[in-house]
Amino acid sequence: MEVTFRIRRFNPEIPGKNKPYWQEFTLKDVEETDRVLELLHRIKWEQDGTLTLRRACAHGICGSDAMRINGVNRLACKVLVKEFPEGKKIQVEPILGLPVLKDLVVDMEPFFAHYRQVMPYLINDSPLPANGRERLQSPEDREKFDDTTKCILCACCTTSCPSFWANGEYVGPAAIVQAHRFIFDTRDEALKERLDVLSEPNGVWRCRTIYNCTPACPRDIQVTRAIGEVKLAIQRGKREGIVVDPPKHSGQGMG
Amino acid sequence: MKVHQFDAVIVGAGGAGLMAALYAVKGGANVAVVSKLYPTRSHTGTAQGGIGAALGNLEEDSPLWHAYDTVKGGDWLSDQNAAKVLAEEAIDAVIELEHMGLPFDRTEDGRISQRRFGGHTSDFGKKPVRRACHAADRTGHMILQTLYQQCIKHNVNFFDEFHVVDVIINKGAVVGCVAVELGTGEIHVFHSKATLFATGGWGRVWSVTSNAHSLTGDGAAITYRRGIPVQDMEFYQFHPTGIYKLGILITEGVRGEGGVLINGRGERFMERYAPNIKDLASRDVISRSIYLEIREGRGIKGKDYVYLDVTPETVNRYLAEAGESRRIDRDYVESKLPDILDFCRTYLGVDPVREPMPIQPTAHYSMGGIPTNVNAEAVIDEDWTVIPGLYAAGEVACVSCHGANRLGTNSLVDLVVFGRRGGMAIADYVKHADFVPLPANPSAEVESELNRIRSSTGKTRPGEIRQQMQRAMMDGVGVFREESGMKAALDCIYELKERFNNDLSIDDKGMKFNTDLLEAWELGCLLDIAELTTISALERKESRGAHSREDYKERDDANWMVHTLVEHQDGIGASLRAGVKPRINLNKRVDTSLSDVDERFAPKVRTY
Repeated sequence: MEVTFRIRRFNPEIPGKNKPYWQEFTLKDVEETDRVLELLHRIKWEQDGTLTLRRACAHGICGSDAMRINGVNRLACKVLVKEFPEGKKIQVEPILGLPVLKDLVVDMEPFFAHYRQVMPYLINDSPLPANGRERLQSPEDREKFDDTTKCILCACCTTSCPSFWANGEYVGPAAIVQAHRFIFDTRDEALKERLDVLSEPNGVWRCRTIYNCTPACPRDIQVTRAIGEVKLAIQRGKREGIVVDPPKHSGQGMG
Repeated sequence: MKVHQFDAVIVGAGGAGLMAALYAVKGGANVAVVSKLYPTRSHTGTAQGGIGAALGNLEEDSPLWHAYDTVKGGDWLSDQNAAKVLAEEAIDAVIELEHMGLPFDRTEDGRISQRRFGGHTSDFGKKPVRRACHAADRTGHMILQTLYQQCIKHNVNFFDEFHVVDVIINKGAVVGCVAVELGTGEIHVFHSKATLFATGGWGRVWSVTSNAHSLTGDGAAITYRRGIPVQDMEFYQFHPTGIYKLGILITEGVRGEGGVLINGRGERFMERYAPNIKDLASRDVISRSIYLEIREGRGIKGKDYVYLDVTPETVNRYLAEAGESRRIDRDYVESKLPDILDFCRTYLGVDPVREPMPIQPTAHYSMGGIPTNVNAEAVIDEDWTVIPGLYAAGEVACVSCHGANRLGTNSLVDLVVFGRRGGMAIADYVKHADFVPLPANPSAEVESELNRIRSSTGKTRPGEIRQQMQRAMMDGVGVFREESGMKAALDCIYELKERFNNDLSIDDKGMKFNTDLLEAWELGCLLDIAELTTISALERKESRGAHSREDYKERDDANWMVHTLVEHQDGIGASLRAGVKPRINLNKRVDTSLSDVDERFAPKVRTY
């Protein structure tokens, strides 16, 4: 079949292209199982080498190719053409809320700065087990933060969040997901410090439970639920008794 | 041009690079990590099933058995000292990852959970053993995230989206590297006492691959062009279970959990090829078996794929047949293999808990690369001579613990064990070493090559050359090889190189985020790697591990217990303009330090 893409372009170096504009490309011989990423590659490799995007693994694990496809944040490598009505144009634009550098490439630095704010690393200064072996953790305790360990930092959630669009200082859903992963890890000892960071004005309370983040997540993380659990942990000042029935691995992707 | 100075520069930010950076920083060195991707985009993140370590959490295990499996899996081309280090230090490395926060799955008593994996056995091949430590089917993702988290904790300097395009050599030492800043196109020179390459592999040489688009062999190509040899390039692993046509990996953990391979007649064909451990034989053995089934017309519907079946009905039937008491259900598969189910549902519309997955072998892992010793120091000849200032770890390196074929999980072991050793060696080295000065105009040669590509006005798009190379390599230098096919591939590569040098055309002439330019530059690396792979494969006249020749079907220990070194004719410090000028050196003997003292490690016929 034939598919037409409508792509948001921007090239800061070329007069006439240094303001955002739309450009259409038509591809022939498209299979319905082709992924949007493959087709963007075909445009780049066959028609216009200047088309610029990020990508790496091409199967939804590296988190490079977050973009807005028909108005929804997706990973281009996880979207198959058959999702869309035949004959309709597929619209592709950069994710919102981060400065656009060129075509579909945005400046990720503000996103990673928020990530770093929540101290995204295990803090545990207690002596290690004397037998030289692993710290113990029950399968039940491990399960409590399983969902948020799946995060690939693609920014689909944060850049779908109206609160983040309105205020770029808000740490955003992805940073809270990362914090959740440590807050509910029984091995971590910096609960108070993390909860302090997240109860700042630009922390977790900027979330208005709009729920855009959860369907945007290409890893099916229950993002809004995780944010809610962090809010509860702040209110109660502890991690115990909050995650009672953790989300099961669903494995069911959006596309 | 900007010049930076650091004690050490780590090129690449996957597992090996981050581990090396962490240890170099902990050892007091001033370190920069320079990577063409944001670190969390690195391919370590896609590793699925587990990291092997003889923890013995679920059944008796021993590092000696792990070393044996590694050597046998490598078809006795592994350097046995390196296999021993790998297996012994795996235990400590995995425990350390847990201490860093890695969320391993847990046993009922709270210890790290372990599963079976191909080629991992107890007591020198007697039966499969639970050795692969796992975090669902995203173990690599968790390793990458955990190491990146630790690097942030330790304030490692990151240069993200800086693409390294050359290594700088002066007075016989490696003194730094040259990088293009993607965002600006500006050239940066990194002046260092030590440079460690951890740039990963080069699956993009072939048309069906599990590898990211970014895996273009930059590290080995760059260092080779400057006169550092490459080793064992003919040994390239095709993983048996890639998603049909797409190449996306389906972890061996599927078979570790009881999944089986089924041909077009509904037979579990691995019973014939590996009667003892069947579907858990080494990857090279299984990939060849699949090809043979397909060739005999026993693919599914006579086509070029077979099924991988992990439906509870099938798995339980074979568990019962084997007299095992364990049974699985759909929830179990969902919890153990969530990402795999997601891939199949997304890309194939196939639900693996209800129906089998169509799979075919996919280009996966390079056993060869930059030769190093067990401290990740690059060595340039058969006498293990170290070149000062150069280190390599992870897939780009050839240490060579994997020999002719890598066992599943051992890539993750390799990158934490030898990444750590590299970091420690660098921390020691930079304490007493002085900076060797930069040569005059250290970036001039590579800048002129980049400018040539940027201003090219020929007729051939890079994508066209890349596609032809990938097809030629798949046809001629894939799972099975013979002389005429490999020669045809080599002729094709020479012709494509000619077009790359004289008839190239790219569209983007700009400086900022010029991925058109850098993809074309990466294609140059791929072409060099394809050439080095093919001439190495032509040279080795035997079949061993992943190198399987139809014109030399047997392993030949009398003549071929040697590594294949490809040296540059112009030696260390070669000019980029000289191009690839290979010379084969077959004088580097395989290390046999284990079999010299323990008869059980001696080469024998490899059966599973």
